[in-house]
Amino acid sequence: MSETARARALPISVRALSKHFGRTVALDAIDLDVRSGEFLTLLGPSGSGKTTLLMVLAGFTRPDAGSVRFGEEEVVRRPPHLRNLGVVFQSYALFPHMDVAGNVGFPLSLRQRSAAEIRERVAQALDLVQLTDLGARRIDQLSGGQRQRVALARAIVFEPGILLMDEPLSALDKKLREQMQIELRRLHARLGTTVIYVTHDQREALTLSDRIAVIDRGRIQQLDTPQRLYEAPASHFVADFIGDSTFLPVAVQGGVARWGDVQLSLGGAQRADGGYLLVLRPEKLTLETGTAGGAINRLPATAEDIVYQGDTLRIDARLADGTVVTLREQARAAISRNLPAVGSHISLALDPADTVLVPAP
Amino acid sequence: MNEAAGLNAAAIRADARHERAALIGLTVPAFLLLGALLFIPVGWLFWLSLYDETGFTFANYARMIEEPSYLSVFTTTLQLSALVTLLAVLLGYPVAYAIALMPPRVATLCLSLVLVPFWTALLVRTYAWLVLLQRRGIINSLLTSWGVIEEPLQLVHNFTGTVVGMLHIMIPFFVLPLYANIRAVDRDLLRAAASLGATPATAFRRVFLPLTVPGLAAGTVMVFVLCLGFYVTPQFLGGGRVTTISMKIQQNAALYFDWGAASALGVVLFAITMLVFWGFSRIFPIGRLAGSA
Repeated sequence: MSETARARALPISVRALSKHFGRTVALDAIDLDVRSGEFLTLLGPSGSGKTTLLMVLAGFTRPDAGSVRFGEEEVVRRPPHLRNLGVVFQSYALFPHMDVAGNVGFPLSLRQRSAAEIRERVAQALDLVQLTDLGARRIDQLSGGQRQRVALARAIVFEPGILLMDEPLSALDKKLREQMQIELRRLHARLGTTVIYVTHDQREALTLSDRIAVIDRGRIQQLDTPQRLYEAPASHFVADFIGDSTFLPVAVQGGVARWGDVQLSLGGAQRADGGYLLVLRPEKLTLETGTAGGAINRLPATAEDIVYQGDTLRIDARLADGTVVTLREQARAAISRNLPAVGSHISLALDPADTVLVPAP
Repeated sequence: MNEAAGLNAAAIRADARHERAALIGLTVPAFLLLGALLFIPVGWLFWLSLYDETGFTFANYARMIEEPSYLSVFTTTLQLSALVTLLAVLLGYPVAYAIALMPPRVATLCLSLVLVPFWTALLVRTYAWLVLLQRRGIINSLLTSWGVIEEPLQLVHNFTGTVVGMLHIMIPFFVLPLYANIRAVDRDLLRAAASLGATPATAFRRVFLPLTVPGLAAGTVMVFVLCLGFYVTPQFLGGGRVTTISMKIQQNAALYFDWGAASALGVVLFAITMLVFWGFSRIFPIGRLAGSA
């Protein structure tokens, strides 16, 4: 199964794709290239246009203008039943009047395959999603996680070159969701299909994706690998949307970045003169007790609140300008022993490599 | 007696007893009323059809088989009911489907358009059709003045007129249960079917239609059974050319004072209705088909 699917995985090329709903711009002349076999996630807040983009790719929503190519073929005017895509829906959309095998075998029976072949391939697909021997179950006898797997099996059983997934894990509880994420990674590695995955859950996007397209107001704000997206966000929106960030206004003059009196080393990165925002993330900051008057990459602060959260300690610190910054430390004994008293002076240290600036909006 | 004697046990048991008593007190009157108004008249009907002055007799039932006029009454009734039901299904399904797809406000408006005739008196609607369909009625005048036809068509006082009038009355009974069913079908199922390769026609036949069978069956049974006992519309629009079972019952009772014959017909009508219900529930195992949708 995996070899044929790998051979058939198709690249996707989107050009100048636009869609309006009344006065709302859902897609604003989107360009996007997805490599063959890539796992690409569309990540964005609700109403950003990510689901509209997926629906246009699937053929359920008609765009105003633009081009969509699967491989070499232009498909923008092709009806959904001729696009040969696997689609996994948020609601699973399993046919309640068919059993599990009926659902998974449906695309094969539409393609006039023999009963024996359907039986064999349904069994293979159910094996792949770890539902072996559940073919005779009715849909209403399945748990949420099992339904998710049936929907997945149905979408891949006919070996489509492209798989579209619309927030497929959002209805599952946290533990099951994390387990399914790992399984999806494994399945993708095995099938090699091109996957477009829609989610608003940043952790899910970071876990699953080869690349992530952050979408807002109908535009792709940044398209990058998970690590690049997190470590080097291109804009305030991306830095704010991914991770719990606090921002400090920073001025760069003559190649030197300063926040007030504090000089910031950027770890070799060059920035043109101008106004920027420093991106502060809780896990990038380290706690140093005592005042650090004027040292490089040390932000003087006052400890406001210390919260024990099991695996981590959350420390809220107030900077001189009143901004409250959150810092997170692993709850190891060495840290716990030396916690500052609430109200005492501390300083927040930032490694130059973690000192990230984005242009001020 | 092995009663637990825990804290407050006796008082809690008394509460449970009171609750049961209240439940019985509230439901028994309705059951009694139903029983009195349903079983006693039906039982009396049976009695009347089987006993006359001379005692026990099958004469009332034997007459139905022996006299050809009775056979034609039965076939007319069944034909009329089947045709009206078929037309109600063919015309009502697209209506229910369209309304289910509309945005809520338009849907409410269209649904009330379907319902308006429902709230108008039966007799008024039947006479309205008489006005529309008669020889010098609106439809014939329009068709002649446009030159579509030379002579007025015979649209009423026959089978056609009866079908038209009954169809108008029956369509809401079909549309309402089906509409409720269609509304409950997840729209993503059709999208899923399309993504898996189903043409719109195949998606309808293999996914949508099976999921609307419960509503379809409910509406069909409702219309067919109501048609079986219909009296007013065939009486007024049939012009004496259409005689249904209910009209024959009326003739027997009011014209010939033959309560035995009227009762026997009533019993047979009742039996046919029950048979239809049973047949439908055999063909459409409604509970299982509904699934989890």
